[in-house]
Order: sequence, then structure tokens, then C-alpha cells
Amino acid sequence: MTTRDLFEETITALTANKARSGLTMLGIVIGIASVIAMVAIGNGAQASISSSIDALGSNLIIVLPGATTSGGISAGFGSTKTLTMNDSDTISAHVQNIVAVAPESSGRYQVVSSQANTNTTVDGTVPAYTSVRNLSLAEGSFFSTVQEETFSEVAIVGPTVATTLFPDGSDPIGQTIRINGNLFTIIGETVSKGTSGASNQDDEIYIPITTAHQYLSNSLYKGSPTVSDISIEATSAATMTQVQNDLTALLLKLHAISNPANADFQVLNQYDIISTASTITGTFTVLLAAVAGISLVVGGIGIMNMMLTSVTERTKEIGLRKAIGASENDISNQFLMESLALTILGGIAGILIGFGVAFTVNAIGLVAAQVSWSSVVLAFGVSAAIGIIFGWYPARRAAKMNPIDALRFE
Amino acid sequence: MIEVKDIQKIYRLGDIETKALSGVSFTIQDGEFVAIMGPSGSGKSTLMHILGCLDTPTSGTYALDGEDASKLTDDELADIRKRKIGFVFQSFNLLPRTTVLRNVMLPLIYANVPHEKREAKAKESLLAASFPESRFQNMSNQLSGGQIQRVAIARSLVNDPTLILADEPTGNLDSRTTEIVLHTFAELNEKHGRTIVLITHELEVAEHAKRIIRLKDGSIMSDDRNHTQRKAVIPPGESST
Repeated sequence: MTTRDLFEETITALTANKARSGLTMLGIVIGIASVIAMVAIGNGAQASISSSIDALGSNLIIVLPGATTSGGISAGFGSTKTLTMNDSDTISAHVQNIVAVAPESSGRYQVVSSQANTNTTVDGTVPAYTSVRNLSLAEGSFFSTVQEETFSEVAIVGPTVATTLFPDGSDPIGQTIRINGNLFTIIGETVSKGTSGASNQDDEIYIPITTAHQYLSNSLYKGSPTVSDISIEATSAATMTQVQNDLTALLLKLHAISNPANADFQVLNQYDIISTASTITGTFTVLLAAVAGISLVVGGIGIMNMMLTSVTERTKEIGLRKAIGASENDISNQFLMESLALTILGGIAGILIGFGVAFTVNAIGLVAAQVSWSSVVLAFGVSAAIGIIFGWYPARRAAKMNPIDALRFE
Repeated sequence: MIEVKDIQKIYRLGDIETKALSGVSFTIQDGEFVAIMGPSGSGKSTLMHILGCLDTPTSGTYALDGEDASKLTDDELADIRKRKIGFVFQSFNLLPRTTVLRNVMLPLIYANVPHEKREAKAKESLLAASFPESRFQNMSNQLSGGQIQRVAIARSLVNDPTLILADEPTGNLDSRTTEIVLHTFAELNEKHGRTIVLITHELEVAEHAKRIIRLKDGSIMSDDRNHTQRKAVIPPGESST
């Protein structure tokens, strides 16, 4: 029996009952399509989270204020304002391998323009913030060191704030706004960075930290103005650990804490955040793929069921083929080829539909789904393997039939 | 040439032994037209299975063209079937929803005959089996009983077998189509020199052969030349080609 004969016999057999072949194939199509689409969506989610975290800055270390503990009960990190301008200045002066340090003093305030008003996050910070947090300006400029030192009443707005405050589309640069009742002049607008999780980096206003301390937040801790967090940019990925260790030691000494477990601040490293996020999305992807994998196995069982039915139905045909000289291998190859053809055709259709689903998800804008070629190769391999594994038993059953009994079968 | 020497076939079902054939011997020369006749239970089906290499005897030897076929594995039997034997069954066993031509070409697939030669061989055997050329492309389920059995006969011929083995070929046919089919066999034997073994329980059918072997209880009762060979007559209105 030549390969061509095998293909012709397979096509004849599968087209003889198109509805049944189609429905059987559907199980594999759905299984493969869902594996591909789910993995694509999972990968897309992972990539988009990683890229938003990257957008925060590079080689970034963030120090957050710590928890107050009163009578053994901790109120959790960020519950007090234990970080100060003094801490920031000391880090900047004493820790090695730092590019820049940017303290931030932020809060939500009512902001009023000539056209509208909104409630948004106002960040008091320093000029180094642009470099530490990868902030670029679409228009105008960030405030200068001189403006910071002289308590200038200038503001840089995010694109969301700009459109909210100036709904007629007029240029915000040069306009004045009131933040918590104080008059500020807009001197710049930032480039859109998109949202990362809960915080929208486009919905912010930046002002000099000195001005913020003067007009908006005037809390002091040990005689120095408090800050919400301190962002530090290390010189390279290699120096991050050293910078992190040094500044932790420095802050412990500065805050006179002997046991690091009682630290009243928390140091976060950008790579920790990325790796935590990828662990979560990775688990999510595996979970989705596993659910899809189960549907693939169910599809495989459908194939086996159909092949067994087909072997029984075609008992007389098998008897005839054996009587006219078909060997056991001829018969088993024929049935194996039928199940393989079903799974491979189903696999191809499933891959195309998987791509289609990923494309649709992209087009709708839910997640930037990325079809990974490894998942396509895997899915194709799995569908071929299912064809062989679930087709094997029915094919052997057909091959082992006794021609005399098979011919008598009614 | 077919040589059967002292063939025994014993079936064992648990402790019970059933002797289906007890020492059968005969020789069939090339070009003979033999009917093997006997009532049910006479062992003719068992003999047919052994002659057709579908089964092997418990003891004794069976040689087809000098090739011993009495002690072979399943795949070796399949190989001998595809080279030396053509079957015609009572229930025709054509592939459904398949053209006449493809049905006849089926044995050639397993015999590894090159694709380009298959159609010519199939057409040749269909014509030898007196099947009308106008219906070569018909589906197997669009044929009359006589036509179906002629397709099956053509299929048994297509591979130039040593032996055409027909197992109750007229068992499912009315008397009119029975005549047509028996006429086809007689023609194949006389005009094309084919060796035909016809297995039947009906004397009327057996009488169309040139030699009749009668079986009873697993042994040969008689083995005679049939001097009064019946000639099948094609009923009016049915063309022979």
C-alpha cells in the first residue's frame, strides 16, 4: 500500500461521513484554539505589566515610609510619615553609585482652571524626578533647580489633567490654575505614559517640592519636612543591590533603629516588583493553559470514541480488506491515518482560530495578546500526539480482527 | 494447481473438541471448474476458509502452486491471499458509496500495482465479468443484484489469481440473476481459462461446474466429473456485455 493510497483511502473515509468527522474535529479545534488564545492572552498580560513597570524608570529603588508600632500593633507600611527631606539629602550625599535622588511629597487636591475643576494627585518633587522616573515633556519644560529653591509657583501637568482642565483644547502652557486655593502657572505638559495598575501616571500635576511643603503639606518629622516616598536611580543593574543595602543601613542609622526587623521604612527594588508581577501572571497563564489542555484531552477522547464506532461499523469492510490481502499494518495504518488526519486538520483550524481570537482581543484593546510560536509548535505536536495515542487502540482493534469473523459480522 | 493432502481441522471450545474436517484430500488442476457441495455442518465452510488461506488446518498440508500454505502466520496468509486468491462472497461486500471502478481496483492497492496500470486492469476484469462499460463510474449502491455480483467477480479477477473462490455466490440472488452470475463463471472458465471453486449447498448451482466434490460430516463422499454440466442461459432483456 503506497502513501498515496493511504491518503486517498483516508480522504474517502473521512468525507463519507462529513458531519461526524467535522464534529469530532471540533473538539480538537476548540482545544487547540483555546490553548493558543489563552497562552497569548497570558503572555500579553505579562508583557504589558512588565512594560508599565519598566516605564516607572530604570534601575529604580523606591523607599516608602514605614509603619508605626504602638503597643505591639503595627499599622502597616505607609501609615506614617517617617521619611523626610533630611533622609533624602543624606542618601544623596553618602550612598555610592547613585545617579539621582528624587523625593516626592504627594497628595490629592482640588484643582481649578478658568474652564473646569478636578481632583487630582499633586506631586511635589525635584528636577531630578524626570530622569529617575523616565518622565519626558511633550511641551514646555520641567521646573529648574533655581525654581525649586525659590519656592516658585509653577506646575507641570499630565495629559489627562490638561484635557480635563482645558476641555476646549486650548494650550495649557502659560495658563494659571489654582491648587488648593494657591495660584500656579503651567510651564509644561508631560508625554502620556499610560496606566500601571491602579495609578494613572497621566493624571498628575508636578510642582517644586519646596512649594508643596510651603503651601500644601507642612508636616514635619524630627524637624524636617516629610515626604511620601524617595525614588533613587542606581548607576546600573549591577549596583542596585549595593545601593539598596547601603541606603538601608544608612536609614537605619539615621532613624536610630538597631534591629532591621523594626525598620520604619520599606525599600522596594524595581526588579522585585517585576518578578512578583511576572510570577503572578505566569501562574495565571499556566492556569489558563491547563484549563484549555483539559478541553484538548476531552477532544482526544471524542476522537477515540468516533474511531471505535467507525471500526465497529466497518467490520465487514475490514474483513473484506483482509480477505483480499491487506496486512495487519495496512489496516492499522489506515485507521491511524484517519485519526491523525482529524487531529492535524483540527489542529491547523485550531491554530488559525487561536490567532483569530488573539487578534480580536488585540483589536478590541482588552490585552495586547501575543501568540507565542512555542505554543503553536506545542499545540500542533500535542494534536498530532493525540491523534496517534487515541487512534492507536481503535486501529489495533481493527488490525487484529479475524477476517472470517469480520466477514460474517452483521 | 491446488493440492490438499489429508487435511484435518479440529475446533476446541473449552474441553469440547469438534472435528470439522477429518482427512480431506484432493487435487485441482489449473483451469478446472469445481463445485464443493454439502449440507450445512458438512465442513464446506471450514474447507473454504482453508482453501482461501483465511485459516490453517490442524494437520495435513495445503499447497497452492507448490507453495505450502498450511503453516503460516496471519500476515503471511494475507500475502498469499493477495497474490493467489480471488474471493466472491454471498453478501458481495462491495465498499458502499464508492464507484464500480474503485471497488474493482481495491485489491491492486494492497498488491502494490502501480497507479497508472490499475484502471486498465480493472476495466479488463470488468469486461471479462460481463459488466456493462456504461456503468463503470456508477456508485456501488446504484446497481442491481446481478450487477453487484459481477463487480465482485471482476474484483476477484483483477489480480490474476491462481484460484477464484466463490462462497455461495448466488445465495442472495433470485433465480434470474443466479443464471446471470453462473453464466459469468462458466464464461470465465471456458473463455479465460480461470480456475474456479464454487462452494454451495444447492445441487442446481453445483451442476453448473465440471466437477462436483460432495462433503458430509467432514469427509469427502464423492468426487465426480459432472458429465451433465448445466449451461446457464442469460434471460432475455439482460445483455451479457
